[in-house]
Amino acid sequence: MSPEEENTISVDGRLVDLRNRPLAALLAWLIPGAGHYYQGRTTKAAIFFVCILSTWILGFGLGGKHVVYSSWQPGDKRWHYFLQAGAGVVALPAYLQGRRMNDATDALSLSTNPNYEPLWGGLMAPPYRPVIENQADEVAAWYATYGAGYEMGTWYTVIAGLLNILVIYDAYGGPLSVPISGRKIEDETDPDDEPEDERETSKTST
Amino acid sequence: MEGKQRMLPISLTYMLYYFPLIIAIAIVFGATRHESIEMIQFHAWQTGKWITGFMGVIFIVLYVIGWIT
Repeated sequence: MSPEEENTISVDGRLVDLRNRPLAALLAWLIPGAGHYYQGRTTKAAIFFVCILSTWILGFGLGGKHVVYSSWQPGDKRWHYFLQAGAGVVALPAYLQGRRMNDATDALSLSTNPNYEPLWGGLMAPPYRPVIENQADEVAAWYATYGAGYEMGTWYTVIAGLLNILVIYDAYGGPLSVPISGRKIEDETDPDDEPEDERETSKTST
Repeated sequence: MEGKQRMLPISLTYMLYYFPLIIAIAIVFGATRHESIEMIQFHAWQTGKWITGFMGVIFIVLYVIGWIT
């Protein structure tokens, strides 16, 4: 079997060449839909690009552009970022900002150095430290300013990242199987239902 | 009880957050299971209906519990 045949699958009655699967998965993570575009599945690429990025950007806006940031400090363990980063390159500025903030945080007092200036006007920058639960810190101010939008914005961006994990899988291994997919129908085809010419072919080949 | 009555109209505003999310989720779910656009549409519609129905049942259960207590 040639490498092309190994990467070709049959879904919904059509053949799909997955090409270089790891590369497609990497592209799918970096930009939602890019992996599918690389594989020539342009309609699905457009669907994923629009659906995932619009959800992510809408959530980012709802939360006042403060819902995506990277921080793992006492009082501010932002686990949501691991899921938000599923949407790829759009979440990477938060990682850089988080690294810079860590460098500017005093190890003992866990306070931000007064000389610290975030990059890009504070886009995806973590809050000034210390962040203490139930205290009037910067995170509390964001919640007070954006209200439900901050909470919903967090969930929108998290869900967008999670959806892109499905997309990455689809780019790597093809669609997830469902009972009504073409693959299933093909597997369960009753020999009596085969068209006349196909039956002739299978007979001659055996 | 007054507080509960005030919350119900507010929850309709919260529904505005629901629509973009359910559309995106349903379409991505459909598109990660099919290649044919017709089957993607069908699967997305089914997913949207299923999630909305599930949420509706949860809402009714919580509403009834709230009404009883």
